Amino acid sequence: MQVPAQFAYEKAATVDEALALLARHGPESLVIAGGHSLLPMMKLRLAEPSTLVDINGLAELAHIRVAGDEVRFGALVRHAALLASPVAREHFPILTDAERVIADPIVRNRGTVGGSLCQADPSEDLSAAFSALRASVVIRSAGGERVVPVREFHRGPYETAVEHGELLVEVRVPIRPGIGSAYLKVERRAGDWAVASAGAVISLEGDTVRDVGIGLSAVGAPHFVAPEAEDALRGGPATDEAFAAAGRVAAEHCSPSADQRGPVDYKRHLVSELVTRTLRQATARARGED
Amino acid sequence: MQITVTVNGAPTTRDVEPRLLLTHFLRDELRLTGTHWGCDTTNCGACVVRLDGVPVKSCTVLAVMADGAAVDTVEGLAHGAELDPVQEGFVTCHGLQCGFCTPGMLMTTRALLDREPDPSPATIREAISGQICRCTGYENIVRSVRWAAEKQHTAEVAP
Amino acid sequence: MTGVQDPSVQIHAAAETPRGYGSMKRKEDARFVRGRGQYVDDVVLPGMLHGAVLRSPVAHARLTAVDTSAAEAHPKVHAVITGETLAGLGLAWMPTLSQDTQAVLATDKVRFQGQEIAFVVADDKYAARDALDLIDVQYEPIDPVIDARRALDPGTPVVRDDQEGRTDNHIFDWSSGDATRTDAVFAEAEAADDQLVVAADVLYPRVHPAPLETCGAIADMDPVTGKLTLWTTTQAPHAHRTLYAIVAGLPEHKIRVVSPDIGGGFGNKVGIYPGYVCAIVGSIVTGRPVKWMEDRSENLMSTSFARDYHMRGEVAVTRDGRLRAVRVHVLADHGAFNATAQPTKFPAGFFGVFTGSYDLEAAHCTVTGVYTNKASGGVAYACSFRITEAVYLIERMVDVVAHDLGMDPAELRKRNLLRPDQFPYRSPTGWEYDSGDYLHTLEVALEKAGYPELRAEQADRRRRREAGERVDLMGIGLSFFTEAVGAGPRRTMDILGLGMADGAELRVHPTGKAVLRISVQSQGQGHETTFAQIAAAELGMSPDDIEVVHGDTDQTPFGLGTYGSRSTPVSGAATAIVARKVRERARIVASAMLEVSPDDLEWNDGRWQVVGDPEASRSLAEIAMAAHSNLELPDGVEGHLDATCVYNPPNLTYPCGAYVCVVDVDPGTGAVHIRRFVAVDDCGVRINPMIVEGQIHGGLADGVGMALMQGIAFDLDGNCLGGSMMDYLLPTALECPSWELGETVTPSPHHPIGAKGVGESATVGSPPAVVNAVIDALAPFGVRHADMPLTPAAVWSASRGRPLRTDLAIT
Repeated sequence: MQVPAQFAYEKAATVDEALALLARHGPESLVIAGGHSLLPMMKLRLAEPSTLVDINGLAELAHIRVAGDEVRFGALVRHAALLASPVAREHFPILTDAERVIADPIVRNRGTVGGSLCQADPSEDLSAAFSALRASVVIRSAGGERVVPVREFHRGPYETAVEHGELLVEVRVPIRPGIGSAYLKVERRAGDWAVASAGAVISLEGDTVRDVGIGLSAVGAPHFVAPEAEDALRGGPATDEAFAAAGRVAAEHCSPSADQRGPVDYKRHLVSELVTRTLRQATARARGED
Repeated sequence: MQITVTVNGAPTTRDVEPRLLLTHFLRDELRLTGTHWGCDTTNCGACVVRLDGVPVKSCTVLAVMADGAAVDTVEGLAHGAELDPVQEGFVTCHGLQCGFCTPGMLMTTRALLDREPDPSPATIREAISGQICRCTGYENIVRSVRWAAEKQHTAEVAP
Repeated sequence: MTGVQDPSVQIHAAAETPRGYGSMKRKEDARFVRGRGQYVDDVVLPGMLHGAVLRSPVAHARLTAVDTSAAEAHPKVHAVITGETLAGLGLAWMPTLSQDTQAVLATDKVRFQGQEIAFVVADDKYAARDALDLIDVQYEPIDPVIDARRALDPGTPVVRDDQEGRTDNHIFDWSSGDATRTDAVFAEAEAADDQLVVAADVLYPRVHPAPLETCGAIADMDPVTGKLTLWTTTQAPHAHRTLYAIVAGLPEHKIRVVSPDIGGGFGNKVGIYPGYVCAIVGSIVTGRPVKWMEDRSENLMSTSFARDYHMRGEVAVTRDGRLRAVRVHVLADHGAFNATAQPTKFPAGFFGVFTGSYDLEAAHCTVTGVYTNKASGGVAYACSFRITEAVYLIERMVDVVAHDLGMDPAELRKRNLLRPDQFPYRSPTGWEYDSGDYLHTLEVALEKAGYPELRAEQADRRRRREAGERVDLMGIGLSFFTEAVGAGPRRTMDILGLGMADGAELRVHPTGKAVLRISVQSQGQGHETTFAQIAAAELGMSPDDIEVVHGDTDQTPFGLGTYGSRSTPVSGAATAIVARKVRERARIVASAMLEVSPDDLEWNDGRWQVVGDPEASRSLAEIAMAAHSNLELPDGVEGHLDATCVYNPPNLTYPCGAYVCVVDVDPGTGAVHIRRFVAVDDCGVRINPMIVEGQIHGGLADGVGMALMQGIAFDLDGNCLGGSMMDYLLPTALECPSWELGETVTPSPHHPIGAKGVGESATVGSPPAVVNAVIDALAPFGVRHADMPLTPAAVWSASRGRPLRTDLAIT
């Protein structure tokens, strides 16, 4: 079995302590939560941190709660908890849809929401779902907190706005009445990373699209979103034809790469297909038809 | 560093390297070799144990992360000579062949039945979908878990 | 009586109908469900060290320097072994099972990504892994040979320039069947208006068996006694022992191979891998036991792959659907070393049975083997020595023919299947099929599936789709396979000169409990149960009273092990025969006890009794005690109650089956959902039906995996794109349907208990059923073939008329 290189280990009991440990151990130290992305990379020796700061003991980050007009998800919420969350299902079925197809049930028991976002894998699903929802994240450092829109959080593959010495502590998602949302993923097998996936969040005014968020994963969409398709839809009719047209726009503007999951033309086609389908499903949900 | 893990009910203290994987802690330090490993990438589930009751892939958990926690392995499933219903189900319904995935499957499905005593075949398939069995084609695993669910149900309603 | 090898024993029993068969719980499960199995990695020996292998990151390069000094200086490292070390011992290269050589540790160059370069022995596995990073290797890159279809092009780099005088990558040409006759039928078909020739290019991609337990070994060379004990993951302990004696020059009686519980094999654990040899050398060098267990990437990237057959099939057929002849050419990618594991005279394995289950006038195939810069192997995945490829080709071709003729594929098969009165049937390529009632088996499957109703539903779906409804496409796929298993008759089949016979020893203890020793090696097949049942049925005992011993060359008779579905056909026969021998010895003892002639005794329900007098009888337990007592036995009869035998199969056995797969395909995404899978197997007499069904279930899942997701492609730099379980996908419970099984029983006429073997039937038979179903679903797009694995991308691309080439990286 593959095994990691040596490192020092620290366990943090509070956010402040975690930040202090990161500061003390310097830039080669890394935070570990569920560890389900980091440890495999360490076993392959693609990551060799000098110190791991374990934040699993930070009970203060495991919350899902409604606060005013938003829902706050602690960074340490496990995927399984998000999947099971009635609050998420009620307000943001896109998250429930996405969680159902993230990794597998055992990995979901351990992997965390914050970990997934910070790993910033270009095929990661929650990034697309939260981007579609126009969520924001709270990043804490010794100097205090800052709030960053998820759409500005990702700086590229495996790169985020979280600097060394900072900790992602929370994801905040605005509650908007009357919205519908959905997420779909095409995968080669249950538990595989996406060939392509798309999420849609839509709010309607009668039969008109008042606002829309479209998230994409695994297809090289900057910040996991399809802004051109959103613009094409916003203010227009919520019809199958308009959704299909938005799908085509999204397909045109993403930049997938060929790999064993498929050639570029196929992935573009999937974007078109999945955007259309998620918009249809999100609309049906917004209308209470699903 | 020194850690204390309650393994199958017994507090156990060892001095370990931080990088020691929980799988190796169980297998090499405690000689509990019922927990297997089959991949390195958190895909196969041969290493599933319960960490504070929750099934986890122990190849992707550091032993130090289990400090102060309870870990349950396949060796702790039976009550003396009496098999747990899931163990009995696997034997009765031929839910195993080479036996390598079996401990992980048993731990996951035991946890499933604890949470959901009467799961449908679809629910069982979903629950074990992070675990690979190369021998059984899964059908008999599903039947084994159904058998265990029914046995538990019968035991509960019996006077 | 067929099958009896030892003329000194005459079988008297009138009826050989076995009793005592049936589903029973497996004996081995008591330990497995308690986590008390003992696999190689569970074994810890006093003073044991741990090995790790340094592997090449590149596919083709000259090695210019291997500097191990820093690794040797690691405080926990005991030894670093390189190709140079081994060359000094004459062990840098080892013979393969195909009369080639394979590098143990590279000396001149590396020939595939993942090839072994050095072996570190350290105190623990973490330190051994750390030390690998301290070895400095210098590579001088060479263009790799990756595309098998270009391997023979002029000017292509020569992979095996270690072989003197070699100027190309050609390994062998092999052919089977009557070329002249076949060509004549094809010429006729091409000329005649009422006939046609149908052709297709069909790839069986490279796959890997990926048992859940990887390969490994613990070598324990006792420096005082000179005895080597090797705990290892092998499906063939005796053959391995002999090969180690040959490879390493160790005396065979000083080698003990122990194969404890094996976490699945599927052919992956037939070969001898460099790591095993390194562990042995490591133990010799350090004087301590050395354990080496490969990790998953090492398993997938370096141990025997399977298939990689690029096939062109042609069928001559009349327009009314009579299959006349089949012609095949295969380009076989064997990787960097020709290390396929099959009987010596069969370089393409049993691919010669490519005529399948059909009554053909003629058939011919040619196979060309080539070297490429990939891992070696070819025959290693529940394939019955390439019958997977043969069955896949013919069953795919039959569907292509049905497509081109516009005929129902079930009807086409019915018209051409062999009839019961044709058995024993000699195929155009010389195989003698023992028995079968193919049409009946097919009809049972079609009935079980509700075939006409499925076709009606499909037609309805297609109508609705054409009318603009958003509905999934539905596909129905059939396959009918004939297997040839139980290798094999020693006059034609050997592996490196070792005839493919297997021994059995049975000893009944004084109190009537027995120990059966067999040469085959369970990897999950349940031998401890099934073989006890075979002997128990013959002796009227309870299977619980028979202990089966296997997996230790010091404890068991010689034999070639378990692969190619040979355990029941060969060793199962040996077990029945040895039990019958014991029964006959018991008869002589009983005759002395009852003071009658042996001829006056009859076997009745586990007792020898005087004919017509149930009161005058003795049970086997009573006889066993007497056999060990001071009872006076007839002259020339030794005491005790035991026997040995070696079973040399007179022929292969030929299981068959009819499979029906129903799929739904999302045309917008290419995603395939398997809705139903009906499998009707005829494997002759079933000893433990529960175990038989379990074997079939597992093989069906393999078929789903190969058809839809498994597949190891390479990019043109030689990078393996299936080197972990993240990239090489194996099916989960969610891709597998609830299997629907049925059976027909046509006993083998030449096997002592009429059994045929079933371990690989479903792996052989299911991939074409799944693929045929998916292609059938894509019929509205005019698709007649697409290569496995049919991932969503492959399905969608095929539907757009741009089928993917699945052996190379998708670009």
